[in-house]
Amino acid sequence: MMNCKHATQLMSQALDRELSFNEGLRLKVHVLICTGCSHYNKQMGLLRKAMQELRKR
Amino acid sequence: MAHNPNPETQHDIQSEDVKAEQIAVMREELLRFTILQLRDPTLAEDVVHEAMIAALAPGRYSGRGSLKSWVFAILRNKIIDAIRQRSRHSAEVFSEDDGSDLDDQFKDNGHWKKTQKPADWGHPETVLASEQFWVIFELCLNALPENTARVFMMREHLGLELREICQELALSDRNAWVIMHRARNQLRRCLEVNYIHGELI
Repeated sequence: MMNCKHATQLMSQALDRELSFNEGLRLKVHVLICTGCSHYNKQMGLLRKAMQELRKR
Repeated sequence: MAHNPNPETQHDIQSEDVKAEQIAVMREELLRFTILQLRDPTLAEDVVHEAMIAALAPGRYSGRGSLKSWVFAILRNKIIDAIRQRSRHSAEVFSEDDGSDLDDQFKDNGHWKKTQKPADWGHPETVLASEQFWVIFELCLNALPENTARVFMMREHLGLELREICQELALSDRNAWVIMHRARNQLRRCLEVNYIHGELI
């Protein structure tokens, strides 16, 4: 199973490149069963949104 | 955009509602950001100057959105142009970076340490609507190490593709991913400690 360390790397990379099908699938499964990484994933989305908002402020 | 579609809402930049002092403060802020991006204070001065002249030309600012975001939108394009036009600086200071300093959050098996496990921040809309969040977010951004901040801002603020950033800074893909990961991770931790947990006190 993918561990959290690897999952966090992929969650960041997903914002900068397209993950392979295999990477995306394994990440999705991990995030579904790991609350820590599920929170991390939402936080990554929030950071991107915040940076977009920041341009308008 | 030579003509404003709503002349009655048009702001005249030369009028007193935009104060010279406000412009001076804004210029300082824009200059700091531009120097970080271009690493060339003289070029940065020119770019900021050009952007401000373009932005503050009579009839250009519609009064919708803040003046700062308007000037910034123009500045962003000028910075990107400057980055693309100049020849790459040869002596960049990025060393190969394996991101091993990020490992202290995890146990040997690569799963979260109990104390480091990311918390639930609640609804993103609620977070983004909080003034307190924005104050802390800016502090956290300012606390990023210079090189990390530079890459992060090129990607997330200027909106450049990572490929382009790698070219400009002579970075490998791998190195750039590590730097972006580090930046996001540090921001996340900073916000969690100071905003999420700080607020509960």
